[in-house]
Amino acid sequence: MSKNSKIWISRDYTRCTGCRRCEIACTLHHEGQIWPEASRVRVFMLVPGVEIPHLCTQCTDYPCVEACPFEALSVNEETSAVIVNSEKCTACGLCIKACPGKIPHIHPKENYVLICDLCGGDPQCAKACTEAGYNCLRVVEEAPSISHNLFARTPEELTKDVAENLFGEKAEELI
Amino acid sequence: MLGGYAGKILDIDLTDGKITELKIEENVLRQYIGGRGLGARILWDRLGSRWEKVDPLSPENLLLVLTGPLTGYFHGARICITGKSPQSNGIIGSTVSGEFPIELKCSGWDGIIVSGRAEKPVYILVNDENVEIKSAEHVWGKTTKTSLRMLTKEVKEELDKRHARLGIVKEPAAIYIGPAGENRVRSAAVEQKWSHAAGYGGYGAVMGSKNLKAILAKGTGPLPPVARPEEVKQLIQEYERLALSRDRIRRWGTGYSGYEVGAKTSSEPVRNWQEEWHDKKTIGGDRFDLRYWVKRYWGDYGCAITCMKLATVKAGPYKGAITDNPDYELEAYLGPNLGIFDAGAIIYLSSLIEDLGFSGINGGNILAFATELYQRGILTKDDLDGLELGWGNVDAIAELAKRIARRDGKYFDILAEGTYRAALKISELKGVNVLPYAVHVKGVEVGAHGTRSDEDYTHDICYACSVQGGDHTSTVNDAYGDMLTVFQDSAVYCAVIAWGGTEGLDWKFLRAVTGWDITEEEWKRELGHRIIHIQRAAELLGGPDVRWKPPKDDDNPPRFYEPLPSGPFKGSTTDKEEVERRKREYYEAIGWDKNGIPKPSVLRKLGLYDVDKDLDRIRKP
Repeated sequence: MSKNSKIWISRDYTRCTGCRRCEIACTLHHEGQIWPEASRVRVFMLVPGVEIPHLCTQCTDYPCVEACPFEALSVNEETSAVIVNSEKCTACGLCIKACPGKIPHIHPKENYVLICDLCGGDPQCAKACTEAGYNCLRVVEEAPSISHNLFARTPEELTKDVAENLFGEKAEELI
Repeated sequence: MLGGYAGKILDIDLTDGKITELKIEENVLRQYIGGRGLGARILWDRLGSRWEKVDPLSPENLLLVLTGPLTGYFHGARICITGKSPQSNGIIGSTVSGEFPIELKCSGWDGIIVSGRAEKPVYILVNDENVEIKSAEHVWGKTTKTSLRMLTKEVKEELDKRHARLGIVKEPAAIYIGPAGENRVRSAAVEQKWSHAAGYGGYGAVMGSKNLKAILAKGTGPLPPVARPEEVKQLIQEYERLALSRDRIRRWGTGYSGYEVGAKTSSEPVRNWQEEWHDKKTIGGDRFDLRYWVKRYWGDYGCAITCMKLATVKAGPYKGAITDNPDYELEAYLGPNLGIFDAGAIIYLSSLIEDLGFSGINGGNILAFATELYQRGILTKDDLDGLELGWGNVDAIAELAKRIARRDGKYFDILAEGTYRAALKISELKGVNVLPYAVHVKGVEVGAHGTRSDEDYTHDICYACSVQGGDHTSTVNDAYGDMLTVFQDSAVYCAVIAWGGTEGLDWKFLRAVTGWDITEEEWKRELGHRIIHIQRAAELLGGPDVRWKPPKDDDNPPRFYEPLPSGPFKGSTTDKEEVERRKREYYEAIGWDKNGIPKPSVLRKLGLYDVDKDLDRIRKP
């Protein structure tokens, strides 16, 4: 990887196996224990077979950072990741409201918000996924792009699209 | 600290709606671990003294839903469903994969004991400390896919409101039953996700008898802490390396076997086991893969093998059918054993069986049993309200399944009692002995691996001496080698991950998670045997409707002694003398007397005084 390039976690939902090893890797790394609801990447399964790994997509306009009245959120210049200052964060939830995908969520036991920090440039979730050959989450060398903003969608919206892709007409009856 | 355990169990009486918290002492947990083992102990404590009088479908029976300390840590999360089985009248530890056990442990509970019977249909919702019994009248009678969709949606909406401070939370996980379970069909399963079933044991019928449609759970906490976190982390990675190297099972799941077990090992049920050989490439794994699998790797929490596949039929007569894989067992039982050799039709039947809430193995066995009786002219069109059964007749077989699930008509109601019980009744009504066509061991329909060619992993006493009867996941060869299954079902994680060996990681995991010093040797000589003896006592006491007579009933189905009529092993059969010899050896090694009853000296040495006393009721003075 060249020094000035940026990374992004590409996501291909139809390849998600639902193994949740991304959640396990994320929380072992960040929390020192396995904790699905405290994971910065959460796999939603509103319909079995339609598994949606839900994590920050680093929108180029960072609506969450803009919305924070406490300057608790900032952008890491090197990785483009949103960094949460847990001291400043009040868990007010304004960043969640601002996110078109409702991706940030409050730590179940602490008083701050959880947002993917790209593990400082070495995302553990994508590593677990690519090691297993699934490549649903995959680290790509890619400059920030307005197209990344498109991935900030709610689990419900994503489920609807992916279900139709997998199940065709039948999808309607399952949602 | 009890590493790997949340430390408490929910005790719910549906008759009076009372919900209490139960703590299990550490010395009991160390002996019985969880799942199948702990379940057997709890059942014996509460019902052992009057076991043979307890009707498995009465409010008196217990439904146990238990995790184990390794659930969530060792790859492939499962949950164990147990209780007094309405199939064997003994105890079967029936496990099913999915995220339910994770949500339960993250809520702070190791398991749930359900007793009594609700007045009207209900479901249980566990959300951390908050536990409620809620009405399920609006989903009662509905197919499983519809029920799961409705319940997931309504509970998710409620959870989002309840946890609004957190943003949106993930959906709850569920275990649930379909119409077959509601109607107490003895081959009804307890299911998770799609077609993931705790099939053996008939616990779907137990849930139905309690008016319990489903249990949903959503936990916001972490998995319980472990004794040695760094070591557990390393073991997770170590096992992962092993798992990721198993390319064949990862790529195909067990889906290649539908062709191979027939064509190669000649041990696949064909037309109710009248044959065990076929060479039909139309049900090859490739046909499922290329045409129907929309996800080639599908798995459950923490699994690096993902032997599940997601199948969807997008065109043709079976359009709209959705199921997992199907795995080998369902390929065989809903395919060749019904004279069906079309991959699309097998997916359709798998999807339907799941929707109705059947176990694919046990329910599939009954469909074939009925079809053979029709073939022989014993069951007629008149008996079946005009239904014309026949091998390969997919529509008629689908209709048969629907009618049995709803006990809709005289013979459908009889068939809902399971292959063995139906065989007894039909023999009586028709004056013909139909037991030779009933392929079961002690009331449990046999898994899809025959013993006649002796080329499969199943041999002479595998089913005959198992305390779980026909269950192909818990077979025995000798008193020590098969203890790994009992361990997996008690520590509660997926057995498929052990295929190809686990290099002793199982016990290392247990020590690192719990901090106990349990070794493989201690398990195989003592701890595992305790569980087997309790299960054996339950099986022998049986009742109240049917009882097993050892050593007579420690045997294979009659069909397994008929010579194979076709294929490369034509003429082969199970050697009856070898079965008898191995059986005597097994009794001796495990500590049962010549009648197959656990010896007092053996039980007392293991501290099982209560079991010993209860067995006096069937010992001859």
